[in-house]
This record gives sequence, structure tokens and C-alpha cells, in this order.
Amino acid sequence: MNWEFIWEYLPLYREAALLTVKIGYAGIAIAVAVGLVCAVALYFKVPVLKRIISVYIEISRNTPLLIQLFFIYYALPKIGIPTSPEACGVAGLAFLGGSYMTEAFRSGLEAVEPIQMESALSLGLEKSQALRHVIMPQAMSVSVPAFVANVIFLLKETSVFSAVSLMDLMFTAKDLIGLYYKTTESLLMLVVFYLIILLPVSILGSVLERRLRHAGFGT
Amino acid sequence: MPDLGLDVLFKGKNMIRLLGGLWVAVKISLISVAISIPLGILLGIIMTSKNPLIKAVTRVYLEFIRIMPQLVLLFIVFFGTTSALGVNISGELASVIVFTAWGTAEMGDLVRGALISIPKHQYESAAALTLTPAQTYLYVIIPQTVRRLIPLSINLITRMIKTTSLILMIGVVEVLKVAQQIIEANRMSSPNAAFGVYLTVLFMYFIICWPISMLAKRLEKKWG
Repeated sequence: MNWEFIWEYLPLYREAALLTVKIGYAGIAIAVAVGLVCAVALYFKVPVLKRIISVYIEISRNTPLLIQLFFIYYALPKIGIPTSPEACGVAGLAFLGGSYMTEAFRSGLEAVEPIQMESALSLGLEKSQALRHVIMPQAMSVSVPAFVANVIFLLKETSVFSAVSLMDLMFTAKDLIGLYYKTTESLLMLVVFYLIILLPVSILGSVLERRLRHAGFGT
Repeated sequence: MPDLGLDVLFKGKNMIRLLGGLWVAVKISLISVAISIPLGILLGIIMTSKNPLIKAVTRVYLEFIRIMPQLVLLFIVFFGTTSALGVNISGELASVIVFTAWGTAEMGDLVRGALISIPKHQYESAAALTLTPAQTYLYVIIPQTVRRLIPLSINLITRMIKTTSLILMIGVVEVLKVAQQIIEANRMSSPNAAFGVYLTVLFMYFIICWPISMLAKRLEKKWG
């Protein structure tokens, strides 16, 4: 093990990890927004929208992110939609994550008994008020485990970003292996940096899950 | 109507070549699933053991495999074995090793979950009837877990097929690589080939994975 090599190239990995985290969380944030909107639309069974969302979910969940990225990055410019690598990474992750987040939130919403909505409405709350103050808080606590699992899944999926020429951790590792043949060192740093990114989320997830378990109503 | 570059697909053997590339990825996932399922069942049973050492070792294995992106695992096996052991393994072999290790971990966790959901009195009743542990599993526990496991294992197949698209990144010639070659070869005659070809690849994956997920969903509802 060549520690000098590791020390020398540590800043390179840090940059790459920052890029991964930045694009990863930007994509996840949009995915959460998409997921919330879609889940609420499905919950209220909005006529046409419901069908469109189901089609979107099926396409997004049944195709690999790598192919989605290739399509966004190389195919969309051909019909006049230009993309940059960063925008492509965020958009791809949001497209994939949106459907996973929708499923997480939807299962939470479905777990809330219909009587909760009926009672809220009979107390004179508007539908939107009932959703915000009665349904959502209960649904969210049910969604947390699936939500955290999705965040970890999506952060892991960012590893394919180098395919659209983003200089992420995978790109850096492959580059160093190709240039200097320091395979063991490069792979070790790769693993360590992914652990730094993913372990805290995983631990936070299990803590949250334990704390929220009793937050549901009537259980 | 702009040129969407779909004509490229019908030139020469392009469509056949794409399908051939797809088969490479699907073949690797099917082989990996076929090995993962029995190994995963075994791992799942081992994980319910009370021995703290066995518990710790299987737990670390599971957590490591599951927290690492599959592409990182592919890099470790593909590049790592060459430098650590001095042997050159092909991209295909590296893929099968990684996807089997990953599939075994996922399957093992599913099996463990299904096993611990079986109430304790099932084991105790079987023991009271003087069944050996092997008989208990074979005749009492496994039949009850299988129904829960089948939809989840089918889901694992679609996840496996989607994940095998990563083998492009360690240089295996599969559908995306073939797509790149086709686009490159036709860049003069149809500059928009990228649209048609990548759309087709996306559609191909969808056509394979969608029916399988539908089947899993239906079985889950029926047996759930």
C-alpha cells in the first residue's frame, strides 16, 4: 500500500465526492418534489393525471438509469433539447427517483385510514387543510423507511454518472488505475469515499425509523 | 416531422446486433439469478442462526454488499483481481461474480425476513412431533415461506436485468456498446441516429422488465 500516493490524490477524490453529493442531492430534492405531487395526485385520483403518472412510474421503474442518462444526454439534443452533463445527471436522477419516491409516499398515504379524511372534512377542514394537518403527518411517518431506502438507492445510482462524462468518484478511480496502475490504492479510496457518503444516511435512517415507529395514530 | 434516426435500425443487421447485445446482458443476469437463488436461500437460513460469530460475519457481508454501488463492486472484482491475484478475468466473469454476490445478499435478506416472520410455535410444534431440523425446514417452514418469496424473487430478476446495464462500464460489449457502434458507423448518413437507437434500447429494457414486474405485482396481490 502506497500511502504517499493516497495522500497525493486525496484532494482529487474529495472533489469528485463533492460533485457526486451535490448532483445526487439536487436530483433527490427534485425527486422528492415530483414524488409528493404524484403521490397526492394519485391519492385524490385526479382523472387524466392519474393515468399519466402510472405510465411514468412504469417507464421509470422498468428501465436502468444508465440508459435513461444516455437517452437524456445523447438523444435529446438531436430533437433540439440541449443538455449539460450536470443537468443530465440531475434530470436523470430526478426522473428515476420521482417514481420511487411516489411509491414511498403513496404507500404512506394509503396506510392512513379513510376515516381520518372523513373526520377532518366533517370538522369543516378544507381538503387541502386536512391533507396538510391530518393526513400528511401520519403518512410521512409510515413513509420514512421507504424514503430513506430510496435516498440510499439513489445515491448509489449516482455511480453511473461518469458515463455522461461527469468527473465523479468512479471516473477518478478508473482514471488513476489507467494512468498509474495503483489499483489497490485507487479502489480503497473509492470504497472509503462511498462509505463516507452512504454510511451516515444509512445510520440516520435506522435511528429515524426507530424514533418514528410510535408516531402513528392509534397504534 | 424531424429526422429521428429510426431508419438506422432497419439498415443491414443493426436490429439483430442490438438484440444480440441485449442478450449478453440478459444472459449474465439470468446466470447470476440462477446461482443467487439457491445460495441466497442457504445464506438466509444461516443468518437465522443464533451463533454470534456467524451472525456478525453474514451481517458484515450483507451490509457491505448492499451499501456499495454495484459499479464499485464491479470495479473491485474486475480491476482488483488483476492487481491482487495477478490473474486477468474477463468482464463477463467479473459481472457474474459480482451479480451473484449481490443477488445472494439480497436473496439471503429476503429469505431471512420470510423465515423470521414464521411464528415460533411452528418450529416448536415440529420439534414436539420429533421432526429433525432438516425435516422441519423441508416440510413445515419452507412451504410457508415460498409464497412470500416468489414475488420478491421475481422482482429481484428485474432489478438484476436493470443493473446488468452497468457491465458496459467494465468493457463488456452489450446492447449499449453495440448502440454506440451503430451510431458511430452511421454518423454521416444519419446524424440523428442517437435518438432512434437509444430510444430503442430504452424500449427494449422496458419490454423485458415491465411484464416481469407486472407478474410480480400480481402474485404479490394474489398471495399477499
